[in-house]
Amino acid sequence: MPASSLTCRECGSTYPLEAHFVCSKCFGPLEVKYDEHPSKGDPEAIRRRIQAGPATIWRYADFLPLERVPTLAASGPGDTIGLDGLPAGHTPLVRADRLAAELGLREVWVKNDAANPTHSFKDRVVAVAAARAKELGFTTLACASTGNLANAVAAAGAALGMPVYVFIPADLEEQKILATGVYGATVVTVRGNYDDVNRLCTEIAGERPDWAFVNVNMRPYYAEGSKTVAFEIAEQLGWQTPDRIVAPIASGSLFTKIGKGFQEWKDLGVLGEDQELPIMSGAQAAGCNPVAHAFEQGHDVCRPVKPNTIAKSLAIGNPADGPYAIELARKTRGTISEVTDDEIRGGIALLARTTGIFTETAGGVTTATLKKLADAGQIGKDERVVLVITGEGLKTLDAVRGTFECREIAPSFDEFEATAEHREEVTV
Amino acid sequence: MAEVTFKIPTQLRAATGGEGKVKAEGATVEAALESLFTAHPELRSSLVDAQGDLRRFVNVYLDGEDIRFGDGLGTALSDRQELQILPAVAGGR
Repeated sequence: MPASSLTCRECGSTYPLEAHFVCSKCFGPLEVKYDEHPSKGDPEAIRRRIQAGPATIWRYADFLPLERVPTLAASGPGDTIGLDGLPAGHTPLVRADRLAAELGLREVWVKNDAANPTHSFKDRVVAVAAARAKELGFTTLACASTGNLANAVAAAGAALGMPVYVFIPADLEEQKILATGVYGATVVTVRGNYDDVNRLCTEIAGERPDWAFVNVNMRPYYAEGSKTVAFEIAEQLGWQTPDRIVAPIASGSLFTKIGKGFQEWKDLGVLGEDQELPIMSGAQAAGCNPVAHAFEQGHDVCRPVKPNTIAKSLAIGNPADGPYAIELARKTRGTISEVTDDEIRGGIALLARTTGIFTETAGGVTTATLKKLADAGQIGKDERVVLVITGEGLKTLDAVRGTFECREIAPSFDEFEATAEHREEVTV
Repeated sequence: MAEVTFKIPTQLRAATGGEGKVKAEGATVEAALESLFTAHPELRSSLVDAQGDLRRFVNVYLDGEDIRFGDGLGTALSDRQELQILPAVAGGR
């Protein structure tokens, strides 16, 4: 399904497949459009081709805007680093019966994207943006980030042999800064919030046309990488869509592209005939809720907010894809909810103790939103729900600090017994 | 009447003869935009719709602060302030 053009989502103007991201006529965002899939009408052939592909997002390369198919299969010694980069995607979809039981739901699955190379779903989008940047002849990668993207771009640059500049808010979690600098990237900390960083990078991208800012001038390609979350879920469920997706919303890009991925496969007949788009439930933090607020108020446009939440990876106060996220939630009879910082901590703990998956604050937002919907009776008893967990708990350790106590003892059996008895007394 | 400077993004500089900074006058953001459109008429349709409202993917910052945190187009201006026009960019983190 070769890409044909970049098209403005607002006015439909078309542009060549270069490093453009904004329509010069109406300032709307540009999106990749594709020619018809060569095997349209033969879903079996499409499925077989996918199944014969590598165990990475490149098995879906037919649905991504690249001229060459990157593959991790090296053709010879020394050929392992080209367009390939890190092996993104192919993350587990785990059935979470204990979580479902606790929430009174029939069937919950966790799409654990913390299992990506740098432990967040950002490896997917960066893989596509970096591969396209190489095709277009860029030599430097850059990004504005709240951390996870910085990790992914820094690692991708290291894998591909490209210098990297990352711009992050100065108050970011230390784990995310350390996990960026270690790859040799130039880390620029900006005194301001993510929206200030994003504004600066939009300006820099205009003045440094030889840099590939993965989420600015490469944005149309980058965003397409998020569709692979939907493709994987559908393939892992046996070419079916779940009844509902619960996913976080920051800019709204991931949320809308999950919808686009399912829609593309539905249109191609890759999914069964009776398969519909899932109900799309978006999750935001109460401390940064512009999309949830607009959805609840019935507005089409998001009024920006100043973020104040522990979910820093979702702290985009001015979400550019917000209007499209709202459209998608409405179209699928879905929801967009917000949860408090305490609920976020509770969500992290709930997921950890019922599934063994430790997620970062963004995953706490998503899990807490699932719980909120379940508690409110908004999820049907027969629904198959997929919870999209986008990042790793080790990156936001502050969120769980102080939530439990260790028992320190001397290396003595008697002391251990005393502690064990004490514990039994407490828990009885 | 305040004299302010607009910073024009690269995507729109064809309409300003390649200039990245353009002076304008007005007591409010809306008035300053009108003065900008008088000097560079091609900018109007890119930035505002038929009702005169900013298009939904246009962001305007007054000395670094989104005008939607102020009074939007009605935000008052004083001399030597800087108005930056930028496209909303999706897909961050």
